[in-house]
Amino acid sequence: MSDEKKHIEKLANQEYKYGFVTDIEVDAVPKGLNEDIIRLISEKKNEQEFMLEWRLKAFRQWQKMEEPHWPNVEYPPVDYQNIVYYSAPKQQKKLESLDEVDPELLRTYEKLGIPLDEQKMLTGVAVDAVFDSVSVATTFKDKLAELGIIFSSFSEALQNHPELVKKYLGTVVPYTDNFFASLNSAVFSDGSFVYIPKGVRCPMELSTYFRINAADTGQFERTLIVADEGSYVSYLEGCTAPMRDENQLHAAVVELIALDNAEIKYSTVQNWYPGDKEGKGGIFNFVTKRGACRGFNSKISWTQVETGSAITWKYPSVLLQGDNSVGEFYSVALTNNFQQADTGTKMIHLGKNTRSTIVSKGISAGKSQNSYRGLVKIAKKATNARNYSQCDSLLLGDKCGAHTFPYIEVNNTSSKVEHEATTSKIEEDQIFYCNQRGLSTEDAVNMIVNGYCKEVFRELPMEFAVEAQNLLAISLEGSVG
Amino acid sequence: MLEIKNLHVSVEGNEILKGIDLTINPGEVHAIMGPNGSGKSTLALVLAGKEGYEVTEGSVLYKGKDLLEMAPEERACEGVFLAFQYPVEIPGISNTYFLKSGLNAKRKYQGLEQMDAIDFLQLVKQKAKLVEIDEKLLKRPVNEGFSGGEKKRNEIFQMAILDPDLGILDETDSGLDIDALRIVANGVNKLKGPEKSFLVITHYQRLLNYIVPDIVHVLSEGRIIRSGDKNLALELEEKGYDWLKKEAEQVA
Ligand SMILES: Nc1ncnc2c1ncn2[C@@H]1O[C@H](COP(=O)(O)OP(=O)(O)OP(=O)(O)O)[C@@H](O)[C@H]1O
Ligand SMILES: [Mg+2]
Repeated sequence: MSDEKKHIEKLANQEYKYGFVTDIEVDAVPKGLNEDIIRLISEKKNEQEFMLEWRLKAFRQWQKMEEPHWPNVEYPPVDYQNIVYYSAPKQQKKLESLDEVDPELLRTYEKLGIPLDEQKMLTGVAVDAVFDSVSVATTFKDKLAELGIIFSSFSEALQNHPELVKKYLGTVVPYTDNFFASLNSAVFSDGSFVYIPKGVRCPMELSTYFRINAADTGQFERTLIVADEGSYVSYLEGCTAPMRDENQLHAAVVELIALDNAEIKYSTVQNWYPGDKEGKGGIFNFVTKRGACRGFNSKISWTQVETGSAITWKYPSVLLQGDNSVGEFYSVALTNNFQQADTGTKMIHLGKNTRSTIVSKGISAGKSQNSYRGLVKIAKKATNARNYSQCDSLLLGDKCGAHTFPYIEVNNTSSKVEHEATTSKIEEDQIFYCNQRGLSTEDAVNMIVNGYCKEVFRELPMEFAVEAQNLLAISLEGSVG
Repeated sequence: MLEIKNLHVSVEGNEILKGIDLTINPGEVHAIMGPNGSGKSTLALVLAGKEGYEVTEGSVLYKGKDLLEMAPEERACEGVFLAFQYPVEIPGISNTYFLKSGLNAKRKYQGLEQMDAIDFLQLVKQKAKLVEIDEKLLKRPVNEGFSGGEKKRNEIFQMAILDPDLGILDETDSGLDIDALRIVANGVNKLKGPEKSFLVITHYQRLLNYIVPDIVHVLSEGRIIRSGDKNLALELEEKGYDWLKKEAEQVA
């Protein structure tokens, strides 16, 4: 094996060094899952009757279901009775200053270009007068309230706007949808709720960041975003900083609803613990994300950059119900070491003149397995529907795998579906060419990888895009400093 | 500038270069000619540090330092530039971005400040004019879909930007039309200087009308069998290589 190849493998094989702080005080219900636990969760959260009923229906459904075993991810059986399904908002021990934080972690933040104040928020350092997160969040909320925008935790929304939650909850991802969605519906702890009123253009990117200290949303997160007629919102989920979390299983549900002429842009950067070099530990991320373009001329756009988790199983999808509606999916999924990712999207064309675009960029390194699984379905009534899909795979080294499973179902002859797929490797000659122009192998690999992901990064909000680029570099490097 | 002594190089167990001696002084232009497969590109690539080219014997000093000890990117940063015989394509990376990264890597190595986008663009404009390269090519991904001649021209453009001390041109004239040949040669001539040296590999005497070499070497079967002034190239053009090979055999 040549040195360059070895170097690429070395880059791909370095260890993930982020530690996880575990000194957290927890007020939790007993382990295991049964109707009493669900009643207890609902009671602790002071929920209305309808919510409890819904949770119980979901639970009964879930008991009848079997855990899916997908062909391209493998993991040991999960013991669902050995999980704590509710813990009160965790009180993280406040640290006095950044000096007490793991320097490796800080170096990562620095590389990612995360501002100092945010570093403090993320690491749980008490924030000083210079940057009071509470006051920032408050002014932020005041501004949104003026426009009638609701942006709160899911629990708060259940207290303050139960009628809205009731109207939309489960209308895109019903509690019967799939094993993990049903589980989530039964036990979800918290999440975000967004409502944008008619004709309002949300003036800022809504980000979970701003609630970061407000609540720990835990492993069963539930998000519901409703964009009323003619409104617009851009929502950012997650952050590029490595997330500390002791929960192994994550089963979130995200529902988006866009009414007539509304647009929702949903961006995710996911960087959960991927497990060690041998493939031990790491988060299992089984997410159900789906948007409904319910209205005429509505638009939903998913953009995701996935670098974390041991196992990712996720298909952000769009139901194109309204005539002339538009669905988009832009994805970068990077896997390293023993990570497994099975991700993709479903574009379900129901309305006339609906259009969808899929751009998926898979990067596999180490011994990882990276699969794209996508469905484009054109229903009978979807006259003049259009889809364009582009699925590219990039391999680093020769021990990893990339797989593409595109499913296409067309029931209307006036529609047009285009699919393009490529698989490429970074050639040694390309690296040498870069070396000859002065670039180190590491820089050359990063440059090529970033170039390859450009079409997706372009869709991310500016600051996020820069962080995402750095994140890819770090994920490939796998080590800090 | 460059001092090659008794250089032996093997590729996958086959000895390709069998004892090369070659000294290039600052300011000199040397040409290497020779039949196909004689080892010209091998010499160029081994100087640039390509993987898999094993030096079994001999030494190479560059500006008094052991060149063979340096990583390829270090050689580049020290001022060694190779215009490849077969430039590769790098999809997704614009030519200008690529070059800016290269130039800034070099500047960092030299302890200079990073060049910002505005200054760099200025430099690009100036050098693009020098080698008369279409600016549209510069915005496209590195070499992707470039014609053979465009790739070669791009190599010279990159050389102009990186401004090396030792420029190695491996058959940069192959695939160029007559006008391009003149333009490329003019570009090289403008880059010349008392502290700059060039090693020009070519099959055609024609190029040497434009880039006038101080010394011409003939490489055959891994050895330099003859060196002379620019008239040697004319003689080769007329008589081919056979007479030289025969002479060399007689000597050996
Ligand atoms: N990997 C390899 N294994 C075996 N032989 C090789 C390998 N790479 C190159 N060679 C041989 O080394 C010899 C020298 O090749 P080189 O490319 O240096 O020739 P050249 O003088 O540049 O030829 P040309 O004028 O055609 O460009 C050739 O015979 C070639 O086949
Ligand atoms: Mg050659």
